[in-house]
Amino acid sequence: MSEHLTEIIVFAALFLVVSGMGFVAARWRRPADLASLNEWGLGGRSFGPWITWFLIGGDLYTAYTFVAVPALLFGAGAAGFFAVPYTVITYPIVFLIMIRLWSVSHVHSLVTPADFVRVRFGSPTLALLVAITGIVATMPYIALQLIGIEAVLKTMGVAGSGFLSDLPLIIAFVILAAYTYQSGLRAPALIAFVKDVLIYLVILVAIIYIPARLGGWSQIFGDAAAKFQATPAPNDGILLNSNNQLQYVTLALGSALALFLYPHSVTGVLASRNRDVIKRNMSALPAYSLLLALIALLGYMAISAGIKPIGTDVNTVVPQLFDKLFPDWFAGIAFAAVGIGALVPAAIMSIAAANLFTRNIYREYINRNPTDAQEAGVSKVTSLVVKIGAVLFILLIDPQFSIDLQLIGGVIILQTLPSVAIGLFTRWFHKSGLIAGWVAGMGAGILMLYNVANPATKHEHFGGSAFPLAKLGLDTKMTIYAGFLALAVNLIVAVLGTLLFRALKVADGPDGTAPEHYTADEGDPRIKDLKLSGST
Amino acid sequence: MPDDKSDRSPWNWLLLVPIAIPLMPFLFNSDEPRLLGFPLFYWLQIAFIALGVATTTLVYQMTKRRRQR
Repeated sequence: MSEHLTEIIVFAALFLVVSGMGFVAARWRRPADLASLNEWGLGGRSFGPWITWFLIGGDLYTAYTFVAVPALLFGAGAAGFFAVPYTVITYPIVFLIMIRLWSVSHVHSLVTPADFVRVRFGSPTLALLVAITGIVATMPYIALQLIGIEAVLKTMGVAGSGFLSDLPLIIAFVILAAYTYQSGLRAPALIAFVKDVLIYLVILVAIIYIPARLGGWSQIFGDAAAKFQATPAPNDGILLNSNNQLQYVTLALGSALALFLYPHSVTGVLASRNRDVIKRNMSALPAYSLLLALIALLGYMAISAGIKPIGTDVNTVVPQLFDKLFPDWFAGIAFAAVGIGALVPAAIMSIAAANLFTRNIYREYINRNPTDAQEAGVSKVTSLVVKIGAVLFILLIDPQFSIDLQLIGGVIILQTLPSVAIGLFTRWFHKSGLIAGWVAGMGAGILMLYNVANPATKHEHFGGSAFPLAKLGLDTKMTIYAGFLALAVNLIVAVLGTLLFRALKVADGPDGTAPEHYTADEGDPRIKDLKLSGST
Repeated sequence: MPDDKSDRSPWNWLLLVPIAIPLMPFLFNSDEPRLLGFPLFYWLQIAFIALGVATTTLVYQMTKRRRQR
């Protein structure tokens, strides 16, 4: 352990500074009263372009991403690079979608995507399904942030097996839980500054310093190509082959569509001050994609540097690379960047999940007329429960289970696309058609994932998201992203269901929104009038 | 509703370009030509980030709402 002492001291010091900031955040941009979801859960809906950039960037590009994406390239090569096209195409896709969600949420004081579905389709059931989908998809995501911290702790030699060795992880999460409880969304917004400065610093140094030590980029790509050539696996390599191109494209597209359906992304977007802030960020956020592309290549640098993962935990390759090639003090900074990088998204995700519970379960089924303070109180407690759940998940159950669940999470969150994203543009769908589509898409998605085997990890089921088309009776070795097929099933059923329910004259829910609600902006004189006549 | 409050604009169609191009592997799934040691697969996909930024910025500028009155 002593050989890692410098790293541990630097890591602990930065971690403590940031935790202090988390508590102080309650006083930052101080509102008159923090006891409402508007303030605690959305930071007063007042964030300008800079804060929003840091907040959403810190939210979407998580510690797990920074550890797992290079691990994917380390293990499989080019297929793991899908994260780059994925984060390129997501912004033009959501450019028009999210500003409409922002406007309608502003007019109706909505907090969650399920709130929108409730107003738009007048169906508590559909809203409940959207809320549950959101919570289930987010929970394992929070747990995965812990895996990011754990990979760093393992490398520093302070985590292993047994209860005591889990203590650092537990302490980290207790601190996180405490300041999220106290400061709400202001905490991750403030911490995101530090996190991003550290990450940008580390990656800039890494992409200049490491290739210089390893003999240049040609050498790195050459070593990676040689490694994949030597393995028996058919689908690895530094380029795609004819069998995994469809998977690459559909996974990038499916992930891009899913990204802004996740409740924590919606939380980040709704916290911004006006439409302009969102539009400008759609151009500014890709700076993180560039960062992600460079981080991904750390996987190849690890191959070239001859890094071996700790045990079978391939997520440790990046921390190991830093440990081996950086001086101790800088490795400490790099580890702190990953550790703090886990805190920001974990806080936002737990807030988003808690808001879903409060607004769409508690308010709908338990207490129909809560005060602002009651809503904020329920959300605060729920955010604690969510985080304790995530810690127990990691400690008591095989972490692989969280990874599998996260995989499922991406597939199931896509099933809310017809209600949320398409719902922002058209009210054509019948609420019962959407419910039927959701059920069919969920069923199809989970069934497909269940049938994906992964010989490399000896998984018979849930071995990945690449569904072999051969299982549908097609004579091909091509694979496709399971979530994409499931979404297609969902949409077909939703369309047919809508036609059927219309023909049978089944009653549809009332639409509480009007077309102009989707284009309203900050300072729009109509917002006040609209609010008076708004349905919620 | 007055037209200036609408999200509709022909410029929005431009957004399809940075969505479609990164989804065509035949454009970038190749080793040569290399740039600074990077195979085409990597540097071209990184270059698509700039394409995305340029397009969203252009559409934003062209569809910005003029302050009324």
